[in-house]
Amino acid sequence: MARVGVFICHCGENIARTVDCPSLAAAAARLDGVVHAADYKYMCSDPGQTMVREAIVKHQLTGVVVAACSPRMHERTFRSAAAAAGLNPYLLEMANIREHCSWVHSDKAAATAKALDLLRMMVEKVRRNRALTPIRVPVEPTAMVIGGGIAGIQAALDIAAGGKKVVLVDRSPSIGGHMARLSETFPTLDCSQCILTPRMVEAATHPNITLMTYSEVDAVDGFVGNFEVTIRRKARYVDPAVCTGCGECWAKCPQKKIASEFDAGLGLRAAIYRPFPQAVPNKPVIDAAHCIRLTRGKGCELCRKACPRDAIHFDDADAIQKVKVGAIVLATGFDLWDHAAYGEYGGGRLTDVINGFQFERLASASGPTGGEIRRPSDGQTPKTIVFVQCCGSRDEKQGLPYCSKICCMYTAKHAMLYRHKVHDGRAVVFYMDIRSAGKGYDEFVRRAIEADGAQYVRGRVSRIYRRHDGKLIVRGADTLAGEAVTVEADLVVLADAVRPRAGARPLAQMLGVGSDANGFYSEAHPKLRPVETAAAGVFLAGACQAPKDIPDTVASASACAAKVLGLFAAPQLEREPIVARVNRELCAHCRACIKGCPYGAIEDFEVKDRKGNLVKVVASVNEGLCQGCGTCAAICRSNSIDLDGFTDEQIFAQIATME
Amino acid sequence: MIESADNPAPFEPRITAFVCTWCTYAGADLAGTSRLAYPPNVRIVKLPCTGRINPLFILKAFEGGADAVLVSGCHPGDCHYTSGNYHARRRWAMFRKLMDLAGIGEDRLFFSWISAAEGGKFASLIGQVTEQARSAGPFAANPARRQP
Repeated sequence: MARVGVFICHCGENIARTVDCPSLAAAAARLDGVVHAADYKYMCSDPGQTMVREAIVKHQLTGVVVAACSPRMHERTFRSAAAAAGLNPYLLEMANIREHCSWVHSDKAAATAKALDLLRMMVEKVRRNRALTPIRVPVEPTAMVIGGGIAGIQAALDIAAGGKKVVLVDRSPSIGGHMARLSETFPTLDCSQCILTPRMVEAATHPNITLMTYSEVDAVDGFVGNFEVTIRRKARYVDPAVCTGCGECWAKCPQKKIASEFDAGLGLRAAIYRPFPQAVPNKPVIDAAHCIRLTRGKGCELCRKACPRDAIHFDDADAIQKVKVGAIVLATGFDLWDHAAYGEYGGGRLTDVINGFQFERLASASGPTGGEIRRPSDGQTPKTIVFVQCCGSRDEKQGLPYCSKICCMYTAKHAMLYRHKVHDGRAVVFYMDIRSAGKGYDEFVRRAIEADGAQYVRGRVSRIYRRHDGKLIVRGADTLAGEAVTVEADLVVLADAVRPRAGARPLAQMLGVGSDANGFYSEAHPKLRPVETAAAGVFLAGACQAPKDIPDTVASASACAAKVLGLFAAPQLEREPIVARVNRELCAHCRACIKGCPYGAIEDFEVKDRKGNLVKVVASVNEGLCQGCGTCAAICRSNSIDLDGFTDEQIFAQIATME
Repeated sequence: MIESADNPAPFEPRITAFVCTWCTYAGADLAGTSRLAYPPNVRIVKLPCTGRINPLFILKAFEGGADAVLVSGCHPGDCHYTSGNYHARRRWAMFRKLMDLAGIGEDRLFFSWISAAEGGKFASLIGQVTEQARSAGPFAANPARRQP
């Protein structure tokens, strides 16, 4: 006979406010199979867990139901407590009476009745639970980091420093990401390249790191500890093993007027190019969309003729490579929202209305102007620059609903850099609020205003247009003075919102990682598991999870490395024993489950008698591959497959008990 | 409102929801953490995947006294188990044709995709399903369970 203990949590007031916990406990005590029921203010606290442990021993419980928050929150907590008291952890289940009940209902009687139903369903399930043993699987102690910006570089270096192998994948020809494009960084104004490029070199030369640039992730199979990632190494047309990066090729290339992605369209590059002079690896690739030889199939080949090492091969093709890894760090970063959606700001058609990245390139010593602030249209030094914050951020109608977090700080930096470079220049900043929380951040903004004379105007810009003489007219409101403002500007810099990378979603789908309403990857818990995801063994570094500045990005990347190293510390992983099981007596070998299994985890098994004669062939589940979805159990025509932890018997018992 | 013979208490339908752990269960959790109120008529049965749903679960739910059944999982392409929700969808397309034959009526069975990020969608869906189940009236396949 099952001896079930029921523990009801008040969660402070969170549950007790809407669910009558003492009467729920009294009702639970009367349920079939329940020998002990108790309620307590904080069941997850140490005294609460002690209650559970002591009751398991005292009442010789064979099953436990904790009615509290979502099992996604504390199932692990309570199962560990049960295990500590000698009860198999899989004999404990949680009834979710907080997220699914007290937080969404206000009528106390109805909520209490529902809570009792949810509790009764779980009691019926637990009465039929079996003790299960976690499945042990080996771990491949190599990590893959997807994205080679500062997040990916930091994560890779930290994992490599911990003595584990890392494969660092980036889809562009060089690692470095957005940080390589920045001029100087807030709040210290160190030059971005000076702090980043040594780390890029370190990542490229570290014996534990394998760099795979110009490569895309095509598919991910497997599970934590045992992923198999299919990487497509895009055709470079330049053999990186032979190329020395001398530069003869791009000097000869006739296609020189291609907008440089690295310079945010302000500079030009050739069809054979390296993204920037400090690129790692410092070897060019050929842009097949613009190369004359590759688009026409013949002719040109000036680069090949110029190459002293014979490194250029036009017959190069994409190569597929499979890599086995135990953990994956997603560090795919962000893109800027396109202000073309704002027709009133010129809809992206005004040459001298640029975004934050373009200003970074203008201010950068390695940029197209060599660090001089000159406007794109005529190369003149602007005498007045208007900076517009929250361009696309905090705008549910036309833009994005959230705050992009970094724009207040980089706009202050831009205004400062401009004033340092153009002493008589006027910097006007339109802002909604200044959000400068962070170490040294508010001081930094104050410095931009007080020491560097940036003129801050609180209000939105309603319209930007170009007057016949070339001046940009910026009309806005000064909500502190309560009046309309018009500024004649030579250059306008829009702080475009931060949004997830294009292509972030399909990658998340491959990995089983969720995304939030804005497309940023979802962490496992917003406070307590900020770099983990719902997919075990997949971690989030940097701005792919939410807009982040460099210090936050680096912190999350190092946190990922700590998680990965923790995962690799054990030679074997314990996996949830939720797997399918075949009843060989009943199986008729129709093979429907074999066809239906998403993991190819079901195989033929030959049943033989003692003499070794074949009796029959049946289906058999490979526990190492089975992920426990239960599709086979529902497919099986003879009802001979069941899923541990979610058996037909358990589910029917749950259904039958609802009133 | 005072209950009387002329003015009975409104019919409160019972709804059984079969949801997957990864998307819809998490979406329901998000509705909770976001404090999005919805009617208390739904009872959730958590399964690893909608692919686990045997059509018999749905029939048993009706037999056990449910007035409506909701099946909800990950969006197409988002299944944690790659393709379990496609199996569920195919099975559902077949099964709903048999609902009338079983004397239940397609209007008592609901199917939806709700991701872990769609707490609002979960709350509003439960509101809709509850209203539609209320207007469909009590399901009386098993009158024994309907005795007051």
